[in-house]
Amino acid sequence: MIQVGLQHFLMVGALLFCLGILCVLTRRNAVAVLIGIELMLNAAGLNFIAFARHQGDLAGGSLLVLFVIVLAAAEAAVALALILAFRRQVRTLDVDQIDSLKG
Amino acid sequence: MKLSLADLLFYAVAVATLATAAYAVFTRNIVRAVFSLLGTFFGMAILYGMLSADFVAVVQVLVYVGGILVLLLFAVMLTANIESARLSSPAAGWSWGLLAAVATGIILLPLALEAPWLQRELDVAGPGTATIGRSLLGNMLLPFEAVSVVLLGVVIGAVVVARLRRGGQDGEVQR
Repeated sequence: MIQVGLQHFLMVGALLFCLGILCVLTRRNAVAVLIGIELMLNAAGLNFIAFARHQGDLAGGSLLVLFVIVLAAAEAAVALALILAFRRQVRTLDVDQIDSLKG
Repeated sequence: MKLSLADLLFYAVAVATLATAAYAVFTRNIVRAVFSLLGTFFGMAILYGMLSADFVAVVQVLVYVGGILVLLLFAVMLTANIESARLSSPAAGWSWGLLAAVATGIILLPLALEAPWLQRELDVAGPGTATIGRSLLGNMLLPFEAVSVVLLGVVIGAVVVARLRRGGQDGEVQR
């Protein structure tokens, strides 16, 4: 345990990103896959802010992360709509069974 | 080197964030996974605050906790059978996912620790909202407007996709 610097935030970001990859690749529920994607986006955002803070341009990094957050919200809304449509059409959320592009 | 209170707070928040994220990844109950994400998103907001990104921290709470988490809950509640929620998020084979995650960790963690990152001496950062606002209406105006067009498209697209109904015998799609 040493004093907190840039590396600590990067470590948290890296571990969060690994958890996100694990979630996307192993879960079979489409909502859980979406959770993994959100974890990865959060990890990237933390790295952006950590680098920005330690290189003196906090506003620039904040702007990038704001755009990432807004686009993540948009992506979540579209994903929810797609999940509902899938549920109605093919009666499953198992991403291994949703493998045809034409319902 | 002596640990300050801020350092201890960082370790506590980091552990809590990673623990709730890990629980969300490993639990088989999708409802619990979503509620566990609440801790992750709040932890991220506190970490943003520790990096003096005050506006991002507030937006994180507003959009992630207030928006995305609620959307995820909607998705879960509208699709999962609550009775079978205990097994609602089964895992496909662990081997390839674990391999990919561990490989990413092997690349990222030593990189984060040992690379000679450019680091300046930290100055005291005041509130940054004014700078961000001026930038959004100044040199970042084009991305700002592009994002609003994207959001409009998303709203319309989400409504159209969610309203698609399965048709009758001929299988035509009714709106």
